Amino acid sequence: MHELSIAMSIVDLACEEAESHGAPGVDVVYLKLGPLSGVVKEALLFSYEIACQQTPLEGSKLLIEEVPIVVNCPVCRERRSVQSLQSLCCAICGTPTPEILEGRELMVTAMELRP
Amino acid sequence: MTPEPRLVEVRKNVLKQNDVLARALRERFREAGVLAISLVSSPGSGKTAFLERILTLLHTRYKVAALVGDLATENDAARLARSQAPVKQIITGTVCHLEAAMVQNALEGWNLRDLDFLFIENVGNLVCPSSYDLGEDLRLVLLSVTEGEDKPLKYPTIFNSADVAIITKSDLAAAVEFDEVLTRRNIQAVRPGIQVLKLSAKTGEGMPVFVKFLEKRRLPSRSTHAVGT
Repeated sequence: MHELSIAMSIVDLACEEAESHGAPGVDVVYLKLGPLSGVVKEALLFSYEIACQQTPLEGSKLLIEEVPIVVNCPVCRERRSVQSLQSLCCAICGTPTPEILEGRELMVTAMELRP
Repeated sequence: MTPEPRLVEVRKNVLKQNDVLARALRERFREAGVLAISLVSSPGSGKTAFLERILTLLHTRYKVAALVGDLATENDAARLARSQAPVKQIITGTVCHLEAAMVQNALEGWNLRDLDFLFIENVGNLVCPSSYDLGEDLRLVLLSVTEGEDKPLKYPTIFNSADVAIITKSDLAAAVEFDEVLTRRNIQAVRPGIQVLKLSAKTGEGMPVFVKFLEKRRLPSRSTHAVGT
């Protein structure tokens, strides 16, 4: 369970951003989360509330967008989704595809700042 | 009237601080000519036994050192010191994984130019270490024959983050009716194309193949003084 330390990193990052925009606080943090990031959504949401306590983010919401794995299929020569996390094969032709283009995201994409 | 909240675009990686440190470490390793190899696995899969054996095998010919991460105790460092290679314990306290900053701190006082191989043993955990880049050149994921063939399917993320998979405790394979074909199939399903090696730190089976594997990847030495052959 490393989600608490991840949540604290999100809070640090968001505080820094809010300060650089001269905002007194934050209402919403938007996060992109890939299945290969090694982070569990529910655990992160739970930890986020704790991490926000006594910071300018107290009372803010974390909105998580879960994004799928996208690979470059060597046979189709196209961006493709995969069969599953347990079977990294092109969802169309079934070829095993080690080249991962997306799916490791753990990224703050946007924030709503308190006026 | 209350003013509307302001939406700003950010686009920043949450672990950027770790990623920046890891990148700097990787650059340092490359410049110093040291190959950094990290080990991840569940607790009890044989990381320390494997490391003890490999340090003993390598240290007569190369300059090797190891960092070992654990939540508590210096037991692993004491055990590995028998190989006569320099070993430092990283005690993480309650933290369930190593981070690049811990590696950076632990390296203080060591001259990387005097090393050929640096091993970094992560905390025994198949979940959390997958999120943290340590600046290593190679990440080995270890899986012992006693753990069950479907472990890669249960922990796909860590297997996907690894460069090489090592099946350990091969000496026990028959006793536990280990299904090697199924295990290899499962590893390939979550990390297509990954190289898989099978070995036993106890009997030494498969160790020479792994030594050769490492020797092939050794970086040109930048040693400040003559070291072995």
